[in-house]
Amino acid sequence: MYLRYFLTVCAILTVTFGWSQDCNYTLSGKVLDFHDKKPLAGATLYIARLDSYAYTDLNGTYSFKNLCVGTYEVEVMHPECRTLIFPVEIKGRTKEDFLLEHHLEELDEVRVIGSIYADKTNSGLESRLSEKALLQNSGTSLGDAIKGLSGISSLNTGATIVKPAIHGLNGSRVLVLNDGVRMQDMEWGDEHAPNVDINAAGSITVIKGASALQYGGDAIGGVILMEQAFLPGTDTLYGKTVLNGFSNGRGGSISTDLTKVFRNDGFIRLQGSFKRLGDQESPDYILSNTGVSEKATTLEFGKRTLNWGIQGKYSFYDAEIAILRASHIGNIDDLIRSINSGEPEIIRPFTYDLQNPRQQVTHHLGKISAYKRFKGLGKWSAQYDFQQNRRKEYDVRRGELNDQASLDLELTTHSFSTDFKWDAAEKLDWTTGLMGRYQENFPNPATGVRRLIPDYERLELGAFVTGEYAFTPQWKLDAGLRYDFSRIDALKYYQTSRWEERGYDNEFSGIVLEDLGSQLLTNPVFTFKNFSGTTGVNYSSNNTTFLRFNYSLAQRAPNPSELFSDGLHHSAARIELGDLRIKSETSHKISASFERRLQNWGFTLEPYANFLTNFILLEPTGLEFTIRGAFPVWSYRQTDARLLGIDASAYANWHRNWRTEHQVSLVKGKDLSQDLALINMPPVNFRNKLDFLQKEWHDFEISLISDLVLRQNEVPPNIVVFSPEQQEDVVLEINTPPPAYHLLGLSSSADFSLGTSSRLTTSLTVSNLLNSSFRDYLNRQRFFADGLGRNIQLQFIIHY
Amino acid sequence: MKNIKSLLYLSIGFLTITSCSDDDPAPEPINEEEIITTFTATLVPQGGGTTITLQTRDLDGDGPNPPVVTVSDDLMPNSIYDGTIVLLNETETPAENITDEVEAEDEEHQFFYTVGGGLNANVEYANFDGNGNPLGTAFTLTTTASSSGTLAFTLRHEPTKPNSGLADAGGETDLAVTFSVTIQ
Repeated sequence: MYLRYFLTVCAILTVTFGWSQDCNYTLSGKVLDFHDKKPLAGATLYIARLDSYAYTDLNGTYSFKNLCVGTYEVEVMHPECRTLIFPVEIKGRTKEDFLLEHHLEELDEVRVIGSIYADKTNSGLESRLSEKALLQNSGTSLGDAIKGLSGISSLNTGATIVKPAIHGLNGSRVLVLNDGVRMQDMEWGDEHAPNVDINAAGSITVIKGASALQYGGDAIGGVILMEQAFLPGTDTLYGKTVLNGFSNGRGGSISTDLTKVFRNDGFIRLQGSFKRLGDQESPDYILSNTGVSEKATTLEFGKRTLNWGIQGKYSFYDAEIAILRASHIGNIDDLIRSINSGEPEIIRPFTYDLQNPRQQVTHHLGKISAYKRFKGLGKWSAQYDFQQNRRKEYDVRRGELNDQASLDLELTTHSFSTDFKWDAAEKLDWTTGLMGRYQENFPNPATGVRRLIPDYERLELGAFVTGEYAFTPQWKLDAGLRYDFSRIDALKYYQTSRWEERGYDNEFSGIVLEDLGSQLLTNPVFTFKNFSGTTGVNYSSNNTTFLRFNYSLAQRAPNPSELFSDGLHHSAARIELGDLRIKSETSHKISASFERRLQNWGFTLEPYANFLTNFILLEPTGLEFTIRGAFPVWSYRQTDARLLGIDASAYANWHRNWRTEHQVSLVKGKDLSQDLALINMPPVNFRNKLDFLQKEWHDFEISLISDLVLRQNEVPPNIVVFSPEQQEDVVLEINTPPPAYHLLGLSSSADFSLGTSSRLTTSLTVSNLLNSSFRDYLNRQRFFADGLGRNIQLQFIIHY
Repeated sequence: MKNIKSLLYLSIGFLTITSCSDDDPAPEPINEEEIITTFTATLVPQGGGTTITLQTRDLDGDGPNPPVVTVSDDLMPNSIYDGTIVLLNETETPAENITDEVEAEDEEHQFFYTVGGGLNANVEYANFDGNGNPLGTAFTLTTTASSSGTLAFTLRHEPTKPNSGLADAGGETDLAVTFSVTIQ
């Protein structure tokens, strides 16, 4: 579709008239690929002044006859290249070669829309969210938007904090790349969702594994790539506005963007979103204090030409998220009571107010990037980015403290990266790059609560080389290597009692700076050196059969939470303890994909196996007593683990108007050292979709979607705790999975044209159509309340 | 290639600048402002006799050390005691009296008393919030025949008021302490 746009937009020709009487000259030469100087056959050349066409032959050769002396503008077009206009001076028999950008990266995107795979890696498993699905999810979050893709699940805290998980892994194991910037937004916490606005993305691709080394060597789960929409043509002004209304939460969202591309390839883009929801509702009751308020804006400008480009960007994200009041609890007895009662303890009338407990996060992101292409060599890119993430978490507290955040962290990150892509050779493309990053965390002491994450500075350096070699047009091999160095230098206070209980007084006595009696000031400094690598092969035949096989080695340094966590989590009524002894974890992942894509049907099978050594996990290890009562202690521990899974999907076009899609994901996680199931693994889930399409009725489409989530039968055992209230040992059913559930959804849309250049898309989506009560194993609030009831979403999208 | 070189210099320069900032001053220590470290119930027998104190003290808060529980003496049978509760945060110097905060927010707090294990005693509320619902930082304890068992105190923040006891009070537990007590 973009391609057509291209060709039509590039039609304006300005012609500078020369002056001559003699009109017997010729213009001839070749049209060549900019990178490897390969001749381009089938290119069209057009001189508007004469309304004269020429075409290149197999050798890329063209010629025009009967030209006069003077300057002509020649428009050169090729189906796989961006159309360019070259001024040519004719002084006699003139020879001129034209270079076209054959690899234009944006065109990759054009090619894959509507297909299952994108070309971010050669042999890794990937899924791409369709543009339509992205727009439909405009009022939700990144995690919700990609959840419909096979192999993607999420760890939720309520309905609004959605942490994406890839092949069962989340948090620091999933990198989020926001327009080339690796998000640094405290992804270590279970109740921290990515601080991004999905409306700022033009496309979202998920790479399931660590096969894209250019983004980082520690993507043990995978990479989520949010990319900017492609800039079409020149001299255009376009944009869109998306309006959403939601019945559940009684609110809505608006998002709008406007892009201007100038004649000289300069551009400016402005985007903004706002979302507001009040308390959401389960089928039977109001989920008190689950409202959300979200604001985001992006400004982007720059210039992109064939040879070089430079651009700047600033984006701001601000979210305030209320957390279910009933999920804030005091001790283990409160938790037992919540689990047993089956209904939240606090149900109040609906309100838009965001009360405690709540989170308030802001994220600033600025970047400057540039690229330059070198003829016959490749493309050099460089980028500097700055991020500042401020997170405040408010608990229910006594008196004036209620207005004071219990957690207040400010994370500042500077990153610099550069790479060079050598794409001149016909069969071999390779890229090499360097990365440097400096990060600083400042926990505000004004909270009056001991710091959960300490003051620290972290320095990271990385270098990588990746390459792709095309043996034949069908077989492509890829390989890559990456080295990462990271050093974290922290200043942390430990309670003396905790320091001794952990046994640090023997092992780490050297890092104590000051002894304040009940607390110790320490200076832990750790260095991690990690290697990662990937290799794989891709076979594609006739655009119908695709085979991929990939092996990836990834290593991840522990995050600050895994090293330093030390304190009580009210949201989970547990004491979480990091461990200074934690080392990097290593993953060996083998994945394969077999895909058939035919006219009327197709399927994809994606099995994978992930072998993890020193896998870092958080699990219940004991019980501690305080004056508030008893709390289970969850400690970070390292073990060997194995994840085995398969994602399968299929589609069939039964009739001109009828289509079905089917999807199933299964993953099994096992702690090999203890022979136990891993916690928080997504249960088997099926998604089936029935589509009815009628192009003649304004592109009318209606779909019925069924989501079946089975019970997760493989969970770690529950723990036995002493209940002070009951004065006896009781089983804390913290790992008991909720039963299977089935949700139906309905979605319909139609397109209307508004004049010549505007278009309106309307859609009506109903999720949880039957208003079924359910609890999801991967929702941390399943102990307190049911999931969301029916939600009717009305959407208007105006393109202009 | 010139670009690459200058970029390399730039990045090296950048990294050296940013990695030299190790001389930050030490962060200030935080003493938990909210924590209750010490619970003391003082029982004064009506008509004279030995004052009994029940105390739980956990100076490391949510640290690993369990609270230290002390009961000064046995209770007398067939007696009425006037009880008062004092909550302290002893991580601060001087210790902060948290009872004052609780009493200032009396409508959002309530103590609950649980007599268990065959102890022949009964506890009644002796102070109330602005709406006339129980608060319970003051109470009366009545003992009957000699026996032994447990006496537990629970403080709930934002309970449902009025309520018929712990079971339907809701809210979150700020404090839950249990004492082994003997009447003889």
